[in-house]
Order: sequence, then structure tokens, then C-alpha cells
Amino acid sequence: MSHEDVHPAEDIALKIRNLDFYYGNFKGLNNVNLDIARHRVTAFIGPSGCGKSTLLRTFNRMYDLYPGQRAEGEILFNGKNLLDRKQDVNLVRAKIGMVFQKPTPFPMTIYENIAFGVRLYENLSGSEMNDRVEWALRKAALWDEVKSKLQQSGLSLSGGQQQRLCIARAVAVKPEIVLLDEPTSALDPISTAKVEELIDELKSEYTIAIVTHNMQQAARISDFTAFMYLGDLVEFGVTDQVFIKPEKKQTEDYITGRFG
Amino acid sequence: MNEVDALVTEASSVESGYQMSVPAGGGQVDVHAAKIKVFKRQDWVFHKITLLFALIVLAGLFGILISLAIEAMPALRAFGFSFFSANVWSVPDDEFGARIAIYGTVVTSIIALLIAVPVSFGIALFLTETCPVWLRRPLGTAIELLAGVPSIIYGIWGLFIFAPLFAEYIQPPLQSTFGDLPIVGGLFSGPPIGVGILAAGIVLSLMVIPFIASVMRDVFETVPPVLKESAYGVGCTTWEVVWNIVLPYTRVGVIGGIMLGLGRALGETMAVTFVIGNANRITGSLFSPGNSIASVLANEFGEADPGLHFSSLFALGLVLFVITFVVLALSRWLIHRGTAKQGR
Repeated sequence: MSHEDVHPAEDIALKIRNLDFYYGNFKGLNNVNLDIARHRVTAFIGPSGCGKSTLLRTFNRMYDLYPGQRAEGEILFNGKNLLDRKQDVNLVRAKIGMVFQKPTPFPMTIYENIAFGVRLYENLSGSEMNDRVEWALRKAALWDEVKSKLQQSGLSLSGGQQQRLCIARAVAVKPEIVLLDEPTSALDPISTAKVEELIDELKSEYTIAIVTHNMQQAARISDFTAFMYLGDLVEFGVTDQVFIKPEKKQTEDYITGRFG
Repeated sequence: MNEVDALVTEASSVESGYQMSVPAGGGQVDVHAAKIKVFKRQDWVFHKITLLFALIVLAGLFGILISLAIEAMPALRAFGFSFFSANVWSVPDDEFGARIAIYGTVVTSIIALLIAVPVSFGIALFLTETCPVWLRRPLGTAIELLAGVPSIIYGIWGLFIFAPLFAEYIQPPLQSTFGDLPIVGGLFSGPPIGVGILAAGIVLSLMVIPFIASVMRDVFETVPPVLKESAYGVGCTTWEVVWNIVLPYTRVGVIGGIMLGLGRALGETMAVTFVIGNANRITGSLFSPGNSIASVLANEFGEADPGLHFSSLFALGLVLFVITFVVLALSRWLIHRGTAKQGR
């Protein structure tokens, strides 16, 4: 089936065409074709090792850091192929932000955690920077909790707060797309709920791609869902349809908990 | 909490538990009990023997310290505290002070660090971040092997090859560039003869680079990949990641590595003796020959007669022992903290 036709009416932020991915000789992704709609949440589900994180990491070329890993095919972003060697990776990563499984605050103050990334690409005055930091922290629903201790280390926050700090950090550089790689897997239920709420609010301004192990989470927060298995994109569609009436047997088995 | 420490305490408690909890019950109690008694005695003897071996090292350390102190006593009593500050070292007059040697030791070590720290940082950065994988191991091993080159080799090379080239090609341009500047000019005055404080500092820097570089590489590798990824994720270049994330994260371990290099530089004897010029005076210039604590000891011990000269040399040795011991202890502690807490 053609995965491109799932959402004909949507504005597309990222077009993935014939994407193969290799870890050395091992093929991690097989001919993935998929469109990611702008200002929507697209969730990637599937059992461990199915390639969903691998796919996410091709979107900002994070795999570039590791020799032996390579991607073939096309990922079109604003009309340009991200995988093109001539493409400046740092610029790509500033436009396509990422939040990881475990909270990874930088070893600096809360304020600097946000300001650091902004400073790389923008030359803001002191007060503009203060505004930007506050804006980003508000976006991440963290401002009220940290406004009195901006000069403390980012590591002094709780796990859930650290993760929201990382989301604020990703949002602060005003990317077009935010990639979330199992952002709540290390968090307690309350923090998870807060992050999910946040994702729902962020999608009005950002395109969001999220990898999750938690199928309820995918069902709750996403507009589109992609089910992956052994490096193949098995099924992709509107979330409600994928969960209520999946087209493929494998998807149904996974969603109903028969394997995975 | 350090995981390794936790494991170690767990392991040792298991071990001691093993010694204590001799199973009491069982069918053939007598046979087993007798055997276990023998085992326990053997364990006890083994434990004490290995403890003894370990104590020998400590006894040696304190023995050296005490004998140095005893032999140094006459000089320290004769000159008092002024031994450490007196700018004189005269065998004919029987007047001795440590200032010249301490100055030489400290200044050559500072020069060595000024050169070695940035170079080592570059090496460690290259090895951990930008080096192609196939080159990583051979290059890392080569740098570690450099640490094993005997210091006499550096000394010979420094005296016969480096110093003449240094005098001909490096000192004159240094002098013509900096010689006329108001404050630093004095550092580069005097005849360019090759051997001297600066030459000793440069040779020393080559000797400590392997130590500092390999410690830096090791602590850089303790940075979690996901932390670096998240920095790359906001669009950092490799340099920005290393300077803003890796270095602050590993700060404590890096300082420990530098201190380790400093400890080496302070105590280095043969190479320094060859190239420092062995003159007992302090001039402001880095080109002029001088002396370090270790080079004075190496040069004069053979012909020192018992008396104040002999005792003063021991006092110098004591000073060096204390300085290097403190520096090395501090560096060990910092490196341990750096790898255990990963640079918090």
C-alpha cells in the first residue's frame, strides 16, 4: 500500500522516500516511505529493535556521529534532501530538535541550559535572552516551578522537571520539528501526564514526531500512527483507524498484545 | 553513589560473610568441622602474609620520609627557616638555600604545563571525537608508549639534538619578537645558548604530554553519549560540544590529569639535568641556565662530603618529596572523583 496517501489534505513537513538504513552490514530500515504532517503529532510504535528510534535519528542525522552508520534514500525537508552530504548538519539539527529517553540537562545553570542553544544561532541582547528563556520555560510548563532558581544547576531538578527542561531547551531554538525519543519512559505517571499535555499544546506551533513504547500514549496524543516491525513500516494511518481497525494482521496482533 | 564502590563493599561483605558463616549443621559434622578449622587457619595465614606485603610498601614510604628528615636535620637546624628562602648555594662557603632549586623546579614545571595542557587537550579531543575509528587504537597506544620512553633518552636527545637546534632556530626569533617588550622582554634576554630553563621546560612538556593526554582521553570517554547527542541535537559543532559540555562535565578529572603531569614534571631528574644548564643562580631570563631540585641532587650527591652540604641535599630531597607527594595525592583524589562522580 502507498503510505503517502494517508493524509492527502495535510501540509507535509517531512517526506521520507525509499529510506534504507545500515548499521555496518546490518540493515536497520527497509525502504521506508512516509509523510509527516505539519503541526500534527506522528507516533511511531513497534516492539524493541523494530527501527523506530533508528528512523527518528535519521531525521536530524544523529547517526552521523557514529562511523559505520549510514542512510540511503531521501528525506525532504523544505524541498531539500536532508541526507545530502552537502547539507549542513548543524543547521538541520537547529531546525529539527530532539528530546531523548533520559533527561539530559547540560552541566550548567537552568538559565544557561536554555540560553546555550539559542546563543549558537542568534545574537540576542540580555533582555531579549531573558524573554526567550522565560518564553521557552513557559512553553514547557516549567516556568512557575523554576523562576526563582534559574541560576541553580539543571541537575538539581527532579527527573520530570529535567525532561521538561530538555523540551524547553529544544523549543527555545524555535525549530520546525521536534523529535521525541520515548520522552516519558524514565518518568513517573504524573510527570508523564504533564509531558503529554505539553505535547498537545506544542503541536499548534511545531511538528512533532514521537517514538513510544506505550501504545496508550500513542493513542492518546497522536494524530497519525506508524507501526514498525523488523525495520519495515508495516502500517501507517490516522491514529484512530490504526488502533480501532488496523489493516494488517501484524499491527492487530501487536496492538492487542499478542506479541511485542 | 559510586557503583564500583557499591560493588566492592558488597563483594567484601560477601567475602567476610563467607569466612564467618561456617555451616554448623550436617550429617558428618566432625569431619567437616576439622577440615573447616584447617581452612580457616590457612585463610588466616594467607590474609596476614598478603597484608605484610602491602605493609612493606607503606613502611618503605615512611622509612624514606623519616630518613630524609633525620639526614636533613643538621642543615635545617643550621639555617632554620631561611633555608627555604635563601638565594644562595655555595659549597666553598658552606652556605646553602633552597630557593634557586625550588625556583628552577617550579618554573620548568609551569612552562611544561603551559605547553603540555593545550596540546594534550587537542590530542584527547582528536582521539575521542574526531579521529577515524581505525586510527584510534594505534594512535592511543603510541601516545601511551611515549610515556614509557626512559627519561635519559629525552635527556640525550634534549642536550645533543634539541638544544643546538633550539639555540639556532627558535631562541633568536623569540628574542627579536619579545625581547623589546616592556615586561615579558626580560624573560627572553641573554645569549641564546640552547640549554637553560626554557629548554628544560619544553623537554619536560614532551615528557608529560602522554600522561595528561591519556587521562584526559579516559575522562572524556566517561561522558554519556546521550549528553553529547543532546548538545549536537541543538546544533552544536564538535568544538562547541567539547568546550561547553564535555570539558565542564569532566572538569575535576581533567584537573587531576594535569596535576598528575605536574607531579611528573616536578620530580623529573635525568632529562632536566641534561638540559637545564646547572647554574646556581636565578636570573629573570628563561634563556639562562639554572638548576632544579632534582638536577642539583643528581649533580652533587656523588661528591658531597658529610656535613652541611650533604645534609642540605637531603633537605632539598625532603622538599621535593613533600611537594610531589602532595601534588600526586591531590591528582589521584581528583581523578578518582572525576571518574566516580563523572565530573559533577
